[in-house]
Amino acid sequence: MGCDAAQIHARLVERFGDAIGAPTGQGRDTALAVAPERIAEVARFLRDDSDLAFDCLSNLSGVDYPKLGCIQVVYHLFSYRYRHWIVLKANAQRDDPVVPTVSGIWSHADWQEREVFDLLGVRFPGHPDLRRLLMPEDWPGHPLRKDFVEPEEYHGISTSRESLLKA
Amino acid sequence: MGLMGFEVEIERAQNGGGVVTEDMTLNMGPQHPSTHGVLRFIVRADGEVMKSAIPDVGYLHRSIEKIAEKVGWHGFIPYTDRVDYVAAMFCNHGWALAAEKLAGIEIPKRAEYCRVIADELCRLHSHLLSVGTMAMDIGAFTPFTHAIREREYLNDLFEELCGARLTFHYMRIGGVGWDLPPGWTEKVLVFLDRFEAMIEEYNRLISYNKIFVARLANVAVVSAAEAIDYNLVGPNLRGSGVRYDVRRDDPYSIYPELDFEIPVGRGEMGTLGDSFDRYIVRMDEMKQSCRILRQAIRQIPKGPVMAKVARNFKPPAGDTYVRLESARGDMGWYVVSDGTAFPYRCKIRTGSFTGISIIEHVSHDLMIADLVAVIASLDLVAPEIDR
Repeated sequence: MGCDAAQIHARLVERFGDAIGAPTGQGRDTALAVAPERIAEVARFLRDDSDLAFDCLSNLSGVDYPKLGCIQVVYHLFSYRYRHWIVLKANAQRDDPVVPTVSGIWSHADWQEREVFDLLGVRFPGHPDLRRLLMPEDWPGHPLRKDFVEPEEYHGISTSRESLLKA
Repeated sequence: MGLMGFEVEIERAQNGGGVVTEDMTLNMGPQHPSTHGVLRFIVRADGEVMKSAIPDVGYLHRSIEKIAEKVGWHGFIPYTDRVDYVAAMFCNHGWALAAEKLAGIEIPKRAEYCRVIADELCRLHSHLLSVGTMAMDIGAFTPFTHAIREREYLNDLFEELCGARLTFHYMRIGGVGWDLPPGWTEKVLVFLDRFEAMIEEYNRLISYNKIFVARLANVAVVSAAEAIDYNLVGPNLRGSGVRYDVRRDDPYSIYPELDFEIPVGRGEMGTLGDSFDRYIVRMDEMKQSCRILRQAIRQIPKGPVMAKVARNFKPPAGDTYVRLESARGDMGWYVVSDGTAFPYRCKIRTGSFTGISIIEHVSHDLMIADLVAVIASLDLVAPEIDR
C-alpha cells in the first residue's frame, strides 16, 4: 500500500526530527524541506525503508532564489513498488551552495547533479565525477543563476549580432 | 610516435614480458552518422572490446530552460518543439499540461482528443525513425527507406493539421491551435489501414532477420532494477520487463477512456532487457498507437478546441511537476511560477537524458560495433539530452 505525503512526513519526522520541515504545496506536489547537510541520510532512508521504498529518483533540479539567499535543490522521488510520490527541497546557501551527493543512492543522480553543478554551481561532495555536463569546461559562471550575465564573446566568437532589420 | 611505441612494445616482449597490449582511446563523434545528432563518445578499448564508452554531451545545448525564463508562457511553446524535434508534439503537450495545472485550467474535451490524436501520430512518427535508423546503423539500409516512406505520409498529415512537418507548434495553453481540418480523420484512417499491414511487412523484412537478431540479442542487457535505478523510462524501461506506462498508470488527458495494452520485453531472442527487447517494444507500441488512434477518431466529440485563457497569462505562484508519456517515455516538466508573465524556472527531464547516462555502465565488455546498436536501441535523440 502506498503512503500519502502526511504519512511520509510523519515517518521522516519520527526518524530525523527537526531536519524535516513542514509540508508545503498540494497533492502530488507536496514538498518537504530537508536540511541540506542531511539530504543523503534522508534519501537513503526513503529508498531502503520497506514501507517507503522510493526506488526511483524521477527528477533532480535546482532553482535559484536570490531574494531568499538560497539555491534550492529539488528531488522528485517515486516508488515503482508502491506508486507513491514525495518531493524534497534542500535550500543551500547561495554564496557557497553545498549539498551532499545522492548519486550513491540512485545512479540517475550522477548526471542530474552534474547538470545542476554546471548550470547553477551547486557542489555535491562525494560525487564521483563532478564535471560540467552541458556547457564548455571553461565557461564563466553558471547560466541558470538569476544574476548570470552572458559574456559578450567566447574565444573571440561574439555571442550577439546586430539586427538584420535595422534601418 | 606510433613507431616508437611499437619498438617499446617489441622490446618489452623480447625481455620476457609476453605480448604487451595497451588500451586504445578512440573518439567517436561529435559528427558521426550513428549518433543521431551531435554527440561524442570517448571509447577505451582493448582491441575490438570496449572497456568503457564515456558520453560527452552538450554540443546541442541551446539553453532552452533559460530561454523559458525570458519569453513568457505562451511564447515558449515554439521553443518546446526544439527540445525534441523528433517528437515535438509531446513537448508542446508537456508545457501546456504544466501551465494548465498551475493555473487550474480545464480544457475542452475535443481539444483533449485532438491532443491525443496528434500525440499518437507523433509516437508513430518518432518510433518509425527510431526503428528505421536502428536497422541502418546496424548495416541494413533498405528497412530505413521503408520506415521513412511511411513517415512521409505522417509528415503530410501533420502538415495539413498544423502547417509544419517537424516542429509543429500545434498545442496551446488551454487547448490546440486549430481544429482538425475537414476530411482529415478519414485520411488518418486510410493511413492506418495501410500502416498496420506495413508493420507486419517490416517485421518480416527486418525484425526477425537472423543477422539483425544476432546483433541485438543479449547485447547491453539492463535488468529491471538497473532500469529503475538509472530512471530509464518508456520503451527502455518496458524492454526490461517493467510494465509501467504513464498513459495508464498515472493517466492524463483522455487516456483512461481508451483501451490499449502495454507491451513489454519478453526476452524472446535472448535475455530480458537486451537491445532486441527495447527494439521490439517499439514495434509493438506502434500497433497499440494505431488502436488508440482508431478509438479516438471514433469517439471524438464536437465542440470548441480552446478554453478561455488570458493573453497576458499569469498563473499563480507555485510549482508543479507533470509527466507525460512521450515517444521516449516518461517526460517530466518541473515548472515554477512566481505569478508573473514569465516562468520562473522550467526544468525538462527527458527520456534520452536518462537513457544516455546508463551507457557508460552497460558498455563494458561490448564490441565497439555494438555501441551504435546500443545508442539506437536506447533511442537517444541528442537535442533532447542537451536541451
